[in-house]
Amino acid sequence: MWLLRIAWRNFCYRSLSSVLTTISLALGVALVVMVLAVFGIVTEAFSRNAQVGYNLVVGPKGSALQLTLNSVYYLSQPIENLPYTEYMEYFDAETRAEMVRKYGGDPALGERDGVYVPMIGGGYAIPLALGDYLGDFRVVGTTPDFFEKLRHGPTLEEPFVMREGRALVSHSEQYGYFEAVLGSRVAGQLNLSVGDQFSSTHGDPEGKGHGKKFTVVGVLAPTGTPNDRAAFVNMEGFYLQENHAKPLTGQETIVPPSEAPEDPDGFMPLSIPEREVTSILVRTGMPMMGVVLENQVNESLRSQAAAPVGEIAKLMNAIIGPLLTALLVITLITCVVAAVGVLVAIYNSMNDRRRDIAVMRALGARRGTVTGVILLESFLVAVIGATTGWFLAHASIWAFSGLIEDRTGVQVGILTTSAYEWYIFPLVLILAALAGILPAASAYRTDVGTNLAA
Amino acid sequence: MTEQTTSNTSDVLKITDVIKTFDQPGGGKLTVLDIPELTIRAGEQLALIGQSGGGKTTLLHLIAGLLTPDSGSIRVAGIELTKLSEQGRDRCRAATVGYVFQTFNLLPAFSAIENIQLGMAFGNRAIDTHRAYDLLDKVGLADRATYRPNQLSVGQQQRVAIARALAGKPKLLLADEPTANVDPASSDTVLDLIIGSCRDENIALMMVTHSMEVTKRFERVEHLDKLNRIFETI
Repeated sequence: MWLLRIAWRNFCYRSLSSVLTTISLALGVALVVMVLAVFGIVTEAFSRNAQVGYNLVVGPKGSALQLTLNSVYYLSQPIENLPYTEYMEYFDAETRAEMVRKYGGDPALGERDGVYVPMIGGGYAIPLALGDYLGDFRVVGTTPDFFEKLRHGPTLEEPFVMREGRALVSHSEQYGYFEAVLGSRVAGQLNLSVGDQFSSTHGDPEGKGHGKKFTVVGVLAPTGTPNDRAAFVNMEGFYLQENHAKPLTGQETIVPPSEAPEDPDGFMPLSIPEREVTSILVRTGMPMMGVVLENQVNESLRSQAAAPVGEIAKLMNAIIGPLLTALLVITLITCVVAAVGVLVAIYNSMNDRRRDIAVMRALGARRGTVTGVILLESFLVAVIGATTGWFLAHASIWAFSGLIEDRTGVQVGILTTSAYEWYIFPLVLILAALAGILPAASAYRTDVGTNLAA
Repeated sequence: MTEQTTSNTSDVLKITDVIKTFDQPGGGKLTVLDIPELTIRAGEQLALIGQSGGGKTTLLHLIAGLLTPDSGSIRVAGIELTKLSEQGRDRCRAATVGYVFQTFNLLPAFSAIENIQLGMAFGNRAIDTHRAYDLLDKVGLADRATYRPNQLSVGQQQRVAIARALAGKPKLLLADEPTANVDPASSDTVLDLIIGSCRDENIALMMVTHSMEVTKRFERVEHLDKLNRIFETI
């Protein structure tokens, strides 16, 4: 106990040097803890985002990662589009016939089941049409199924909740085909609410604005998923914007729609040959059928299917994981540099302390005792620095917890810890022991006679 | 103290044929001490005088076990120091020897009372806080217990150093010119404290001094020049 007291008094006596070295170590530890926290938040955010409720994303042939990025995360550019008939392959003959009656097209399409129907059994297929922007945010053309069938959250049981208004419908008397639902961040950042109107821009955020405006009918409550960053519009309204219809060749068989709703502005849905989808979100009724469907789709000529969870895992392993590891290594080096600072500070103080050490020896202290005092001083700096750094990091994370939750959906508390954090204290103590060895050895070798006479 | 042997229980210090040499920078050895015999009995008080550089401090360091002789025997409280390991000498010093330095050598990070307690801490003894305060009271600094050395006068620092040397209840107190750095008024106080305390607690005292005034306070005065055989050849 006296050794600790002696070490503590020496720590306090050289308060400026002690505090500065402790602060440098605390900052090093805080950096490591924060990087670990960022690592945890990023991993959880990606994993939450991969918990999308559907097994597969189907899109045109190309990069599976790009398909996942643009359809799940609304990042990167869409690969290309698929004909609407590809989407119809997920429905039975009756639904396909209804589509023909509703949109107009070849009646033969309604005479058979879609090729993927046996694997869907009880699941769903939701189309997405991408390519337009609202400010920097993606405009996503989709159907009301998106809000009715998709679930999110850790258990995949949470339905979308409207913070304001309602979900869009396929056609309303008031706004026709031009309804929109905004993700929470879109509404917050662009200051839009229910009743506001906006025009989407074509192709990129700086692109030409479309003439027909959408009316906001609902704003989603935060989900902590990329859906917070998207503006969802009725797919029919999306199709009806200029340059969104696929040009016809004249070879198509099109029977005009017989069940299209009457629109006050006289808009009619595009016919099936004029319609395209960017991707299709697919959930199979039985999970094991997902693999069968994925294989079958990938064997087809036009489309590919990607499992978002697998693609995200690949992305994490290939890019984000190594980046975070590199960041972690850099911050660990910061800790080593801080430990070297401890070594330099204590070692530099040794010249002033040789007399004190000689006096302690003359009072009966053994070499091992004075060596222990110096090592304890190093440990004191380590323990105080590591504890301060840990609290500093967690307080900082906690201070930004609202922002983090808002942006990523990940909830972090002041005591939310990473499993790796428990390695920090032993690591810092080892560093402290290494930093203390040189000055402690110097204390061990201190010649009593010479230094008492000095 | 497994290596303890008892010869004459009344001898606190017995030095026999001790030779101490130091390596010289240019090679070779310089003999500093060659003492055939020196004995101090329990409670005896001895003043040691001698010329500067004559080996007085070296002799104190040998007796304290801070240095080892090239040959000869040094017994402190019946313990043969030359047969002990360094750790054994540290233990022996902590248990049997008190040391008052010319420059006080209080530890600057500690208060007066803590400096006294440190005198006990290294001897593997329980800290006797009562005794520490009693000693501080005895040296007239009861109201300065929490003062740091830099908050005390030179005389006060030496009084704390005396209390620290007595804290471990030593059998032998070594004092290396304890009045050299204090003013004449404080010098008397310091001497009174050292001599009086050693008498009260039956502690043998060996004080190195250059002052003839100081030697007058001692019943036994030894000249190192006469004890040390190397001066016979000069």
